[in-house]
Amino acid sequence: MKTFDYIRPANVQDAVAAASESGAAYLAAGTNLMDLMKGGVIRPDKLVDITRLPGLDRIEDLPDGGARVGALVRNADLAHDRNFSRRFPAVAEALLSGASAQLRNAATVGGNLLQRTRCAYFYDVASACNKRDPGTGCDARGGDSRPQAIMGWSEHCIATHPSDFCVPLVALDAVVEVAGKAGQREIPLETFHRLPDDTPDRESVLEPGDLIVAVRLPADAARFAAHSRYLKVRERTSYAFAVVSAAAALRFEGPIIVEARVALGGVAMKPWRAREAEAVLTGEQAAASVFRRAAEAALATAKPSGDNGFKIELARRVTVRALALAAASTPARPPALPASPLAVSGVALHA
Amino acid sequence: MGFSTTLTVNGVTQTIDLDDPRVTLLDLLRERLQLTGTKKGCDRGQCGACTVILDGRRVNSCLALAISHDGANVLTIEGVAQANRLHPVQEAFLAHDGLQCGFCTPGQIMSAIGLIQEGQAGNDPERVREGMSGNLCRCAAYQGIAQAVLAAQKILSAVSRKEVA
Repeated sequence: MKTFDYIRPANVQDAVAAASESGAAYLAAGTNLMDLMKGGVIRPDKLVDITRLPGLDRIEDLPDGGARVGALVRNADLAHDRNFSRRFPAVAEALLSGASAQLRNAATVGGNLLQRTRCAYFYDVASACNKRDPGTGCDARGGDSRPQAIMGWSEHCIATHPSDFCVPLVALDAVVEVAGKAGQREIPLETFHRLPDDTPDRESVLEPGDLIVAVRLPADAARFAAHSRYLKVRERTSYAFAVVSAAAALRFEGPIIVEARVALGGVAMKPWRAREAEAVLTGEQAAASVFRRAAEAALATAKPSGDNGFKIELARRVTVRALALAAASTPARPPALPASPLAVSGVALHA
Repeated sequence: MGFSTTLTVNGVTQTIDLDDPRVTLLDLLRERLQLTGTKKGCDRGQCGACTVILDGRRVNSCLALAISHDGANVLTIEGVAQANRLHPVQEAFLAHDGLQCGFCTPGQIMSAIGLIQEGQAGNDPERVREGMSGNLCRCAAYQGIAQAVLAAQKILSAVSRKEVA
């Protein structure tokens, strides 16, 4: 690991000023940053430690019925917050499906949004990677494409965004509160992450120095609480990134779906909101044929980026299954090992 | 540039001079404090061999920068037994053959102590397996580990019920 300067600013303003300088990076829990620095994948000159910044570690109910989650709230604390998980159960289910207990105990909300792709070619400094070293090429193309994108990818980069948390968040219209050099601003999560195009090194719309201070869920998001699920298919039953995942949230009036939210994970360099699927579902009754049509709409623009065409049909099936589970109702507590063939509590939930 | 960090490790508070900001909590424990019970496996947050309880939560000490945790309270495997009495989780690992070579065992035991304290798994074998999935065991002693954690959970919850009563 390259050495670095270390500073611990006293407030957000000082942090933003310090991190605006070239070569600076924010340090929160460091669960992804340390890993990347040890591998020489990123080599910051200065770490700006934000862990002591006051006021960023709270989960608040907003007067309008929404929720505001500070950037330094730990993933585990948010998932286990009874009031939060009761109102936004798919978000809690996604958080608990991610990483390991040790990592969830450390990793923060802001860090989760800004974690880097787990593309093996990005991590391997001997491989060409436009995301790590712009202009060097992309060894992932023609390489192992199982974890790679099927939507929104470009010739320059086919990596995926690894977050589970972001998938239900984008479905539920989450908003990111950012402090920057020009003060505070808000960015809808749907436009927060960038697709690779010809600048895959730029993964979000953040500018140098910008600091995530909170993530907000609007009041409307809680109206899906009775019918919300996150379903994740991975290579093993725990502690693995998604091959494909889906968040599904439905609101019924009688038998009619009056509002639907669908998003996919593991398919693109951003959490993928599937508004086309939502349009198909709205006004319909819950039925396998309707869910299938919605899934086909969600994947209509999908295209393999290598030998990963199977992910397109897998994503359709995971979407159908997530919708069926959401329609059935949110469980009192999400299953611990939902896709395990060894599960003793009922049938495996994978597609 | 000189740095120092003050940590309370297994109940003892000490200030440690760091000549380098890159020192992880894991390296500090092993190289500076000679507490080598905490193991370095992958050093990248994947195997769980370095698990310690940091300010009440189990974490991977290989990913924690020591400088960032100035003032923290750390519990390592060296601090869990009382005099000659093993911790109930240690006893359970022995009773249920929750190990073979032993390299991952300190991390497994610290993780199990954290899991039981978190109170999310209870006596549900699936939740125990998921809760312990951040600790790899190359000898694949997983059956024994899961049984040990369930047995220890039973003993510790009986103890805490007694304490409440």
